[in-house]
Amino acid sequence: MHEISVMQSAIELAVENAKAQGAQQIHRVNMRVGALAGVVPDSLEFAFPIVCQGTMAEGATLEIEFIPALCRCSSCNSEFEPKDFFYECPNCKALTVDLLRGKELELAYLEVS
Amino acid sequence: MEIRDHAKRAEAEQRTIVINQGVLSKNDLLARENRALFKSKRLLTMNIVSSPGSGKTAFIERTLTDIKGRLRGGVVVGDLATDNDAKRIARSGSPAIQITTGDTCHLDAEMVAEATAKLDLNALDLLIIENVGNLVCPSGYDLGEDLRVVMLSTTEGEDKPLKYPTMFKTADVVILNKMDIAEVVGVDRETALSNIHRLTPQAIVFEVSARTGLGMEAWYQFIEQRLAAAR
Repeated sequence: MHEISVMQSAIELAVENAKAQGAQQIHRVNMRVGALAGVVPDSLEFAFPIVCQGTMAEGATLEIEFIPALCRCSSCNSEFEPKDFFYECPNCKALTVDLLRGKELELAYLEVS
Repeated sequence: MEIRDHAKRAEAEQRTIVINQGVLSKNDLLARENRALFKSKRLLTMNIVSSPGSGKTAFIERTLTDIKGRLRGGVVVGDLATDNDAKRIARSGSPAIQITTGDTCHLDAEMVAEATAKLDLNALDLLIIENVGNLVCPSGYDLGEDLRVVMLSTTEGEDKPLKYPTMFKTADVVILNKMDIAEVVGVDRETALSNIHRLTPQAIVFEVSARTGLGMEAWYQFIEQRLAAAR
C-alpha cells in the first residue's frame, strides 16, 4: 500500500507551507479525500503519526473530509451521485466517465502556531 | 499555573493556513514536464499496469519483436527488485532501462524522468513504461504518458475489473491477455467484456494472447494510428 508515501508527501507539503508562514508547530492537518482517489482513509490515519514523527507536525491531529463521487451524464447532462462504480445515469441509463468530484487527494488547511 | 498560561497562549496563537493543494501536485508537475518532453520528441508513450503475472513483460517483448522494422520502441520497466524484466525485454533488441523501486509499490514521474534520461529518445517512436505489478497504487501517479494501458489476463477471472475499479476507471486501453487459454480456465468472456465496458466505457479493448500472437496485429495498427494522429 502506498498510503505511507502519500502521507509523507502530504506532511512534506504541510511543513513547507507552515515554515513559509513562520509557524513553529502544526497542530491540525485537514485533508480532502475523494472516493476515487485510490487511497483508504483508514490507512492514511494509520500512517499519519508515523510520518509526523520528528517533524513539526509531531503530535498533530488529522482530519479527513471524505468526498463522494459526483458525475455528470454525458448524454442528458444531469448530475448524480453514482451508487456503485458503474456510473450509470439514473435518469437516462447511459454510462458516463465525466466525474465532477471524487478524485480529490488534497491538503486543505493546517492549524499552526 | 504557568503551564496552563502557556497552553492558553499557544491556543490563542493558533491560526489557520489554507493550502488547498493536491498531495501529489509535485508528481503532477513532473509528469507534465515529462509529457512535454515526450511530445517534443514525437513519441507515443504508454504506461502499462496490471497485477503481477498478467503477462505485461511477455506482451511488451512480443510487441517490440513484431513491430521491429515498422516502429522503434524503448522500454522503462519498474520492479521492486531484480533486473530480470529489462534483460528479457532487451532480448527483443530494443533498449530497456530497469528501475528497481525497492519498497515502493508504483512508479512516479521522477523515476520515469531519471530512467528516460538514459534512453536516446530521438531514436524512438514508442516509449513503453512497464509499471510495478500492482492494480492499486499506480492509479494516482501520472507519469506523463499519452495512454494508460490496463491489462488483465483470463486467469484472473471476469470480475477482476470490479475488484479494482479505481484503476480500470483510468484506462484508455484495456488488454485482455491469455485469450488462448480462456476456454481452459473457464472464463466467461462476455461477462469480462461487459464488466470492462460498464466500468470504463471510454476504453478501447483488445483481446490478445501475447504467447501465440492472437489479436496482436490489431493492437499494432492501433499504435500506428495513434502515432500518425499525434504527429
